[in-house]
Amino acid sequence: MASLGKIARRTFLFGTAALAGGAAFGYWKYGQPFANPLTKGLAENEASFNAYIKIATDNHITVIVPRAEMGQGVSTTLAALVAEELDVGLDQIQVEHGPAAAAYYNRAAISEGAPVPRFDEGFTAEGVRGAMGVIAKFLGLQFTGGSSSTIDGFDPMRQAGAMAREMLKQAAANRLGVSVSELTTERGSVRHAATGKTLTYGELALDAAKIELSALPPLRQRSEWRLLGQPQKRVDMAAKVTGAPIYGIDVDLPDMLHATIRMSPYPGGALKALDGAAALKMRGVSKVVRIESPFGNGFGVIADNTWRAMQAADAVTVEWEKPAEPVSTQSIFAALDAAFDTASPFHLRTLGDPERALAETPAERQIEASYRLPHLAHATMEPMNATALFKNGRLTIWAPTQAPGVVKMIAERISGVQADKIEINTTSLGGGFGRRLEADYCDYAIRLAMEADGRPVKVTWSREEDMTHGFYRPAAIGRYRAAIGADGMPLAITGSIASQSVITDMVGRIAPLLPIAGPDNTMLDGAYNQPYAIPNHRIDARKVPLPVPVGSWRSVGYSINAVMQECFLDEVAAKGGIDPLELRRRLLKDSPAALGVLEKVASMADWTKPLPEGRARGLAYTLSFGTHVAEVVEIAETADGIKVEQVWCAADPGVVLDPGIFEAQMMSGIIFGLSAAISQEVTFADGMVEQQNFSDFAPLRMNQAPAITVEILQQSPFMGGAGEPGTPPSMPALMNAVFALTGQRMRELPLGKTLSFV
Amino acid sequence: MKLTVNAKEHELDVEPDMPLLWVLRDELHVKDPKYGCGAGLCGACTVIIGNEAVRSCQTALTDVTDNVRTIDGLAAGGTYHPVQQAWIEEQVAQCGYCQAGQIMTAVALLEHNPSPTDQDIDEAMSGNLCRCGTYPRIRAAIHRAAALMRTGA
Ligand code: FES
Ligand code: FES
Repeated sequence: MASLGKIARRTFLFGTAALAGGAAFGYWKYGQPFANPLTKGLAENEASFNAYIKIATDNHITVIVPRAEMGQGVSTTLAALVAEELDVGLDQIQVEHGPAAAAYYNRAAISEGAPVPRFDEGFTAEGVRGAMGVIAKFLGLQFTGGSSSTIDGFDPMRQAGAMAREMLKQAAANRLGVSVSELTTERGSVRHAATGKTLTYGELALDAAKIELSALPPLRQRSEWRLLGQPQKRVDMAAKVTGAPIYGIDVDLPDMLHATIRMSPYPGGALKALDGAAALKMRGVSKVVRIESPFGNGFGVIADNTWRAMQAADAVTVEWEKPAEPVSTQSIFAALDAAFDTASPFHLRTLGDPERALAETPAERQIEASYRLPHLAHATMEPMNATALFKNGRLTIWAPTQAPGVVKMIAERISGVQADKIEINTTSLGGGFGRRLEADYCDYAIRLAMEADGRPVKVTWSREEDMTHGFYRPAAIGRYRAAIGADGMPLAITGSIASQSVITDMVGRIAPLLPIAGPDNTMLDGAYNQPYAIPNHRIDARKVPLPVPVGSWRSVGYSINAVMQECFLDEVAAKGGIDPLELRRRLLKDSPAALGVLEKVASMADWTKPLPEGRARGLAYTLSFGTHVAEVVEIAETADGIKVEQVWCAADPGVVLDPGIFEAQMMSGIIFGLSAAISQEVTFADGMVEQQNFSDFAPLRMNQAPAITVEILQQSPFMGGAGEPGTPPSMPALMNAVFALTGQRMRELPLGKTLSFV
Repeated sequence: MKLTVNAKEHELDVEPDMPLLWVLRDELHVKDPKYGCGAGLCGACTVIIGNEAVRSCQTALTDVTDNVRTIDGLAAGGTYHPVQQAWIEEQVAQCGYCQAGQIMTAVALLEHNPSPTDQDIDEAMSGNLCRCGTYPRIRAAIHRAAALMRTGA
């Protein structure tokens, strides 16, 4: 990444000043397309049409989906974008992840990160988002996150399909001596109706790939779509019901060694002493290697079997340097509390004059509440792992990663091998949720491979290592205040958040040379950018640096702010004597799509119908990643505790490309959120994470999972994501249901600390 | 030591206390049972021994005396097992990592109980975690598989 050095001298602004900063250094390069990474490594009978499509003479059609498949169905939905225009069936193509390459940068995710509310489609908003896209392209960042894959691929991947189709038609026209307008395409063939002649794409591929089109072909109208908008059979389903070895942890290479790592339990702490003598005597163990990396310090054990490596790691005697002031959950919340008096806040949007409105409202018409949310782990089902081979000056990595571009960057840095001698193979991911945007597990695998005498090494973490060495969802404290008008509606709402900055932490790890300044809008996501017409409104945030690594956790800041603001709105509704649905209905009256999901979910749940004794419902709404979602959670009191019975979800992503996969993502996001709300927290004692495994960091199980009904609307004027938006409203909807059931306000998570759930 | 996996016999020279999971994955290159927790908490490593679904991470090689069935042995003669078929029809898998274990537990359940109720499903399946939250579709797929098996489809 030669370009990184140049921009490193500037400060990379993620905040309100990003427009000037971003645009100034970006535009000159933005206009030039990146090179097609598929031209290298083509088979002899194969032609590449662009960065997304390869066609071989035997009709083998390969579509590149340069995003990580981690369950969200992206390999199916993005392939369908190409297939729709190319006129092939999903059953006729092979989907490959493709190489790590700048051509696959993620523009939409960084745009969504711009500090402008998503519903503001005005000129300024588009300008800032455009500039953020320029930053993504300039850095050549290829990653999967921010629920952005389908938005990002929507135009380029359809265009890739349309271009290849037109090139194939032109080649057929040349060969048949007819005009292109007489030709049609269907299921991988070009047909000349007048003569009944048919040529397959394979027959045309080598000639067609040489054709230069004079203009971009127009994209098909939505009404013409055949695949998009319909539920498709996932292209990865067969592999996943047969236990196929598709994950990073399944990589199996000739002569491969198996390793594990143990890193300091104190984040960033040093390794003082290491004695591997006993471990080295154990069967199959070949090396105990000291690891000193920017991600952490510790050691790896290389053996001929993963279990032997893990057993041997237990036998290593090690002394960790303990921090002078070991962090604890108490010290974390004390620091967050203190920040309200010491740190200076930033905000991104003010409506009206909240201070004045509060000052003019008598105390008895005001309410206050404060919320406290814990750190959370990703706990992907597949533990962290990566495989690396360092041989003859070349480095090859196999990794279940959301960010192959970042892996390549750190691989270069660690090994000194030049980028063109580094190959990144992205496997399927056994869950991501943001954890696999990080490169720590690849870093350690590369370091061990460099000690493995030219043999490949697979490095598998134990679940305990995975749980205790995460990049956690930050803990946060929020203090909210409201003034209620004579009509019971909120006159003013203010709030203050104290938390760690995910962006500062993440970018610092990826590019330590790139200084980060300005506000981190993810800290306010879900609070400042909701379409509620509250006349006086402002939420501010304080960045609190803490010695705990934090990262992107499914829905990032929305997982914090939606909880606080949606619970607080429920308190406002109660104080004003207004039904929570009615309150939101009035506040969302100017946002038709928001109102649409609200009315929909109310009718799905039959909101106005009274419930029998011992049952209650809660409601929440969040606009995140461009998708409006309203959810109602119904709970019941049982002899053994509260049971979450049913969740209704209405979502509007504007355009839904695959309703089956979208529904699955909503369900997934809801169960992910409810798991956190009911039972999950990462706590610290004496400098170390306390939770070790699924016993003390427990996701919901089958017997606890509610029935879930999802309805999809398509009224919203912009296209939203699917992977994350289901999560944020699930937590406050449950908390509001608990209030409705018990009359007790829940302002701290997880609920399981004070209530029993079954 | 001897071990039979999907009716194929293997001769092994490994520690008798090595968990079956790692014997399968690293010694025999049978990768379908997955490592999730190593502590009997998640069920990703589930295989069927005899007629019982067991956690292969908690089963020492020396304790295995019967044939071990993994998901790789489910499909017979190129056709999916009804449980796999139902999983495809309901489009259950997301990341898919837990699914080999889920499917093996479901197969054992249906072998014992051809018409499970929702409560039977809860009892049998609650040892198998799915971090992607595919539970609603797993439930639907088990009911569908039961129907497929009853009609012999
Ligand atoms: S790996 Fe065996 S139960 Fe989790
Ligand atoms: S499908 Fe991902 S853990 Fe179950």
